[in-house]
Amino acid sequence: MSARLHPQPAAACPGCLAAPVQDIVPAPEDARIALSLPTIHCQNCISAVERGLMAHPGVQDARVNLTLKRAMVRADDGLTAADLIPVLERLGYEAHELDPGALQATRTDRAGRDLLIRLAVAGFASMNVMLLSVSVWSGATDATRDMFHWISAAITLPAIGYAAQPFFRNAWSALSAGRLNMDVPIVLAIVLALVTSLWETALSGEHAYFDAALTLTFFLLAGRYLDFRTRAIARSAAEELAALEVPRAIRIGGQDSHEVAVSELGVGDLVLVRPGGRMPVDGQVVTGQSELDRSLLTGETLPVFAGPGRAVSAGEVNLTGPLTIKATAVGQDTSLHRMADLVAIAESGRAHYTSLADAAARLYAPGVHFLSALSFVGWYLWSGDLRVALNIAAAVLIITCPCALGLAVPAVTTAASGRLFRRGMLIKHGTALERLAQVDTVVFDKTGTLTTGTPEVTNLDSFSRQDRALALALAQGSAHPLSVALTKAMQDMGIEPADVRDITEHPGYGTEGTYRGQTVRLGRAAWVGATQGDRTAAWLAVGDAAPRGFLFTDSLRPGATEAVARLRQSGKQVMLISGDSPGAVQSLARRLKIDDWAAEALPQDKAERIAALTEQGHRVLMVGDGLNDTAALAAAHVSISPASALDAARVASDIVLLGQDLSPIAEACDTAQRATRRIRENFRIATLYNLIAVPLAVAGLATPLIAALAMSASSITVSLNALRLR
Amino acid sequence: MSILAYLIPISLTLGAVGLLAFVYTVRSNQYDDPEGDSRRILSDEWDDHPRP
Repeated sequence: MSARLHPQPAAACPGCLAAPVQDIVPAPEDARIALSLPTIHCQNCISAVERGLMAHPGVQDARVNLTLKRAMVRADDGLTAADLIPVLERLGYEAHELDPGALQATRTDRAGRDLLIRLAVAGFASMNVMLLSVSVWSGATDATRDMFHWISAAITLPAIGYAAQPFFRNAWSALSAGRLNMDVPIVLAIVLALVTSLWETALSGEHAYFDAALTLTFFLLAGRYLDFRTRAIARSAAEELAALEVPRAIRIGGQDSHEVAVSELGVGDLVLVRPGGRMPVDGQVVTGQSELDRSLLTGETLPVFAGPGRAVSAGEVNLTGPLTIKATAVGQDTSLHRMADLVAIAESGRAHYTSLADAAARLYAPGVHFLSALSFVGWYLWSGDLRVALNIAAAVLIITCPCALGLAVPAVTTAASGRLFRRGMLIKHGTALERLAQVDTVVFDKTGTLTTGTPEVTNLDSFSRQDRALALALAQGSAHPLSVALTKAMQDMGIEPADVRDITEHPGYGTEGTYRGQTVRLGRAAWVGATQGDRTAAWLAVGDAAPRGFLFTDSLRPGATEAVARLRQSGKQVMLISGDSPGAVQSLARRLKIDDWAAEALPQDKAERIAALTEQGHRVLMVGDGLNDTAALAAAHVSISPASALDAARVASDIVLLGQDLSPIAEACDTAQRATRRIRENFRIATLYNLIAVPLAVAGLATPLIAALAMSASSITVSLNALRLR
Repeated sequence: MSILAYLIPISLTLGAVGLLAFVYTVRSNQYDDPEGDSRRILSDEWDDHPRP
C-alpha cells in the first residue's frame, strides 16, 4: 500500500521505559526474504515449509520461526518472495511477503535480552544469598553469622546495582517529573533494606534483609519481563502486519519503467497501476480504462468506472485494466493521511482510561509510604532508638513491597494474550483486554469485516443453460472479480463454455465476443444497455435481446454468523453500520439477524454514532476494516480489525484478527472478562498476604524469614492463579 | 567450620558458572523461538552440524 502510518509506540509502560531507546538498529545488510505464515502450527508444518523452500532452486537457507509464525529465507539475488509464495501455497500454506526493513527485530531483541540478563543476575545472586540466609535462619551465630552477612552483602550490592537499574531509572524519572509511581516504593524499599542491613551487619546485628532485597528485584523483574515479552510479541506481529504491504510502485520515466519505493514518488510522476494493484498516491488517470474498488475507503461494494481525467485516491484498488496515473498528492498529503488525522482527534477520548494496575498503584504507593513512615515515627517516639525504628520501617516497606502486585497484571495478560494469539487474535494495546471486558455493545462494519469482499453470484438458477454457457465463455476471458466469481460458480456446476469467438476484453466495461453471428456482451449495465440497480451485477446481452443481470452478493466471512449469534447470546447489543447502499446492508442484516442497522454512513457518521452510544453510557466495541472506519475504531472504547484491513485501520485498533475467521471475537470477550476477574483476584490475594504480614511488621515481629515467605508465597500464588487462564 | 572456606567459594563459583552459561544461551539466540524449538525435537530431519 502507499502511505504507511507508523504504529504508535506502545503505551509508556515501565518495562518499555526500561528498554534502551537509542538502539534503533537498521535492518541487517543482507536483507533476506521474510515471509509471514499465519497458518503454521506444528512440527509437520515446520518441516514441510522448510523442505519445500529448500527444494526450490536458488534458496540457500530457510528457517521457520514458529513463535512468530514467520520464515526467513536466504536466497540468490534473482529470487523474490513472489517466486516462493506459490511454492508454499501449493503445499497448502498461506504466505505473505514481509518487508524486512519494517521488521525491527534487532531492537526488540536487545531490550528483551537486557531485561533477561538482569533477571538472570538477580536470580542467581538471590539463590546464593538465600543459601547463606537459610544457614543464618537455621542457627548460625556470632562470627559465622557475621561472615555470612558480609558475603551476602558482597554479592547483593553489585547484583542489585546492575539488576535493579530499570527501577532506579523509572523511579528517578517519575520523581523528577513530580509524580509517584510503583517504582518509587520499590526503590525506597530496596535502598532502605540495603542500608539497614549493612548497618546491622556492621553492628553484628541479627537481621539482614539482603535476600529480601534480591528476591524482590527478581520477582519484579520477572513481572517486567513478562510484560515486555507480551508487548514485544504483539509489537513484532504488528510490525509484521505493517510489513505485509511492501510499498512499491511502478514509475514511468522516459522510455522505461522502474519499480521504486512509494516514498520516492513525487507530485507529477506518472505511475503505472496494474490490475489488482492499489493506488499508491492520489492522482488523475492519464491513460487506460478500468474499474476501481473503493470499498476500503467508503464501504461501497459496487466498483466504479475509471477513465482518463478521473481523480483517484490512494488506497483504491484497480480491478480490470492497467491505468497510468499522474500523481497529484503523495505521502503525507494523500487523502489516506488526511483520514488519519481524523483518527488522531478521535483517539484522545480513549486516553482517559485508567488501567487496573495504575489504579492499584495510585492507591498503593502513598499508602505504603504513609504506613512505613508512621511505624518509623511511632517506634522512634516509643523506644527512642533510631536503629530499631529504621529496621522496622524497612521491614514494613519490604513486606508491603508489591511483588505480587507487580506480577498480578503482567502474568494474567501474558496468559490471556497467549491464549488469544493461539486463536488468531493479536492484542496490540496493553489495556485492550481490560477494556474489552467492559463491552456491552458491538458495532460491525459490513464490507470486508462481516463479508470477505469477494462476490458470490446469487441468481444463477434463473438463467437458461445456453445463457450460462455463454456467460461462462465470456467470463473466462477476464480477470475481473465478478467474472472470476461467475467462472468459479459455473465450473462448480459443471457447465461447459459455449463456443464464443473473437473474445475481447474492454477494460472498465466488460467482455465481448461473437456467437453464431450475434454479438454477445458481459459487463457493466450502461455498456450493454441496461439500467444499473442498487445491487452488484454483471449484465449479459445476447444480440438485440434485453440484457439480463447476474446478481452478486458479498460472501460472508467464515464465523460471522456464529460470532454475531454468540455475542447476542451473551447479552450484547449488536449493530451494523455500513457505507454501502441500504439494499445490500439490509439483506446482510437480515441474514445475520441484526435488527439494528444503518446504511450509507459517512466516516464522520460512524464516529458520531459511536460517540453518541458512549455518551449514553455504553461501552462500544467497534469491528471494522476500512479507512472509513478508522475514526470510528479510534472513537470506540475498544476496537478490532481484521488483518486484511488497511494499515490505518489496524493502527487505530487495539486488537487485530489474524485469520479469516470472525468467531474468535466472542471468545475474546469471554477471555477478557475472565482475565479481568483474575487480575482482581490477584490484587485480592496480594492484599490478603499484606493484611497478614503487615501487622507483624509494624509490631516489630517480622523477621527476614517471614518477609521471604510472604513475598515468595504471594508471588507464586498470583502466578499460578494467572496460569489458570491458559 | 573450616570446611566453609571451601564450600562457600565452590557454591559461588557454581552459581557464576550457571549465570555465565545462561548469558551465553541468551547471546546465542536460543530463546528466539521457544515454541518452534519445543516442536523441532519431534523432527526426524535432525542436523548433525547445525548452523551457528
